[in-house]
Amino acid sequence: MNKQELELIRADFPILQEKIYNKDLIYFDNGATTQKPRAVVEKIEEGYYHLNANIHRGVHYLSQKATEAHEDARTTVAEFLHAANREEIIFTRGTTEAINLVASSFGEAFCKAGDEVVVSVMEHHSNIVPWQMLCERKGMKLRVIPMTENTELDLDAYRLLLNSRTRIVSITHVSNVLGTVNPVAEMIKIAHAQNIPVLIDGAQAVPHIPVNVVELDADFYVFSGHKIYGPTGIGVLYGKEKLLNQLPPYQGGGEMIATVTFEKTTYNELPFKFEAGTPDYIGSTALAEALRYVQNIGLENIASHEHELLEYGTQRLMEIEGMRIIGTAENKSAVISFLVGNIHPYDLGMLLDKLGIAVRTGHHCAQPLCDAMGIPGTVRASFALYNTKEEIDAFITALKRVVGMLQ
Amino acid sequence: MTINELQDNIIDEFSMFDDWMDKYALLIDLGNSLQPLNDKDKTPQNIIEGCQSRVWLNAELKDGLVLYRGESDAVLVKGIVSLLIQVLTAHTPEEIINTELYFIEKIGLREHLSPTRSNGLLAMVKQMKLFAIAFSQVKK
Repeated sequence: MNKQELELIRADFPILQEKIYNKDLIYFDNGATTQKPRAVVEKIEEGYYHLNANIHRGVHYLSQKATEAHEDARTTVAEFLHAANREEIIFTRGTTEAINLVASSFGEAFCKAGDEVVVSVMEHHSNIVPWQMLCERKGMKLRVIPMTENTELDLDAYRLLLNSRTRIVSITHVSNVLGTVNPVAEMIKIAHAQNIPVLIDGAQAVPHIPVNVVELDADFYVFSGHKIYGPTGIGVLYGKEKLLNQLPPYQGGGEMIATVTFEKTTYNELPFKFEAGTPDYIGSTALAEALRYVQNIGLENIASHEHELLEYGTQRLMEIEGMRIIGTAENKSAVISFLVGNIHPYDLGMLLDKLGIAVRTGHHCAQPLCDAMGIPGTVRASFALYNTKEEIDAFITALKRVVGMLQ
Repeated sequence: MTINELQDNIIDEFSMFDDWMDKYALLIDLGNSLQPLNDKDKTPQNIIEGCQSRVWLNAELKDGLVLYRGESDAVLVKGIVSLLIQVLTAHTPEEIINTELYFIEKIGLREHLSPTRSNGLLAMVKQMKLFAIAFSQVKK
């Protein structure tokens, strides 16, 4: 990406021009949520101004148009993930709801007391708690893949964890704290050798790396719209058709039924079986717009630009005395977690904020990971396609200043 | 000095600074000069867990006055702890219970107290008042 291309991209994101405490905003909290390009916001506006009617049920013009838009969005998502067919795409509120759906419905269909679920030590709470709740409900056990000193998952330990009681493996594609890109294709292969299905949490992956669920052979793959330049409140569950068909519905209500009587209700087919209630059809169409935006720029281009930022940012951070980068995997996404000396991450984050710089501090909803590493949390700078080296320079200058104040 | 006079003093002191970074520099100084708690006082009972930083708080009643001590692992939070203690310590439980703490907002540090920041400070202010309420019951 050259300078001009980057300028054009930045112009698509009006919020980047905001002043924070009279200073230029530097937004390095993209791991938490990304900013939205004009096209996505306009899609939402267009939806409410011109296309708003409840979908699937109405015979009238607007309802049919809205239904078409929602179902087109499903096709866009299916193509984005390279899914075999569009019925394998379920819209959810986000990654969290998608994992809860699988933990609940898969748990209901396939799990019993004594069974085991395997997650990893670097999971976000969203990929721990739903499984813990299932374990408590059913009397099952949660097993945890540890990591090596290099902050990579320990694949030997992983192999040893799998056994005849393992019902499902649920792991993150990219760690939100460490940036580690896990070898999910290999890990899926290992689990499949024992007929164990695998869910991949792609929330931190899809904005940065091209994903092909068929090549990965993932059984479930989930992500959130708002982390890939789309709106909040919409996310995706991809599931293999055969597997989804074996699961009971997650929630009951409108849309997910075939026929209802007080004696017996029969359920609709995929994907509607898992979309009870009025779906977020405005959100789904805006998400599709975000995916098109990303595809137009090209995920390869985005990945190489972000990799440059990662390398440059890491190198510049190392200028600071006492710098400790948390997350040193060989294959790393554009996330830099760090600590400086004994300074509390909260202090760094608060002072950087006053200089217009948005970073995340704390345990990043991965408390077990921080506990395992013996740290109170980190400061995290996470980059997106619109970030620049100049922003990194300004960030380093600001960081040097606040470190000076705090030491 | 009354609690409100102490609050007004702090507001005066902070009003000298226009720049955020100067205010925070003062807060850092206050945090660094806060007398640390003994490790034996950093008990699980005294801890107020925040999402990001932790705060320890202890109080005792001496000659009818509440004496507070506190600490945090983050220095900015420690600075605010120091201010809260400056304002509230060595007053009667009744004075503390009936106080409205307005100085934090006036010096522009309200964001540290918002529930979403969850740094334990909001819980700390509540805990300071609860100590006072408990001591006022003891006296009766």
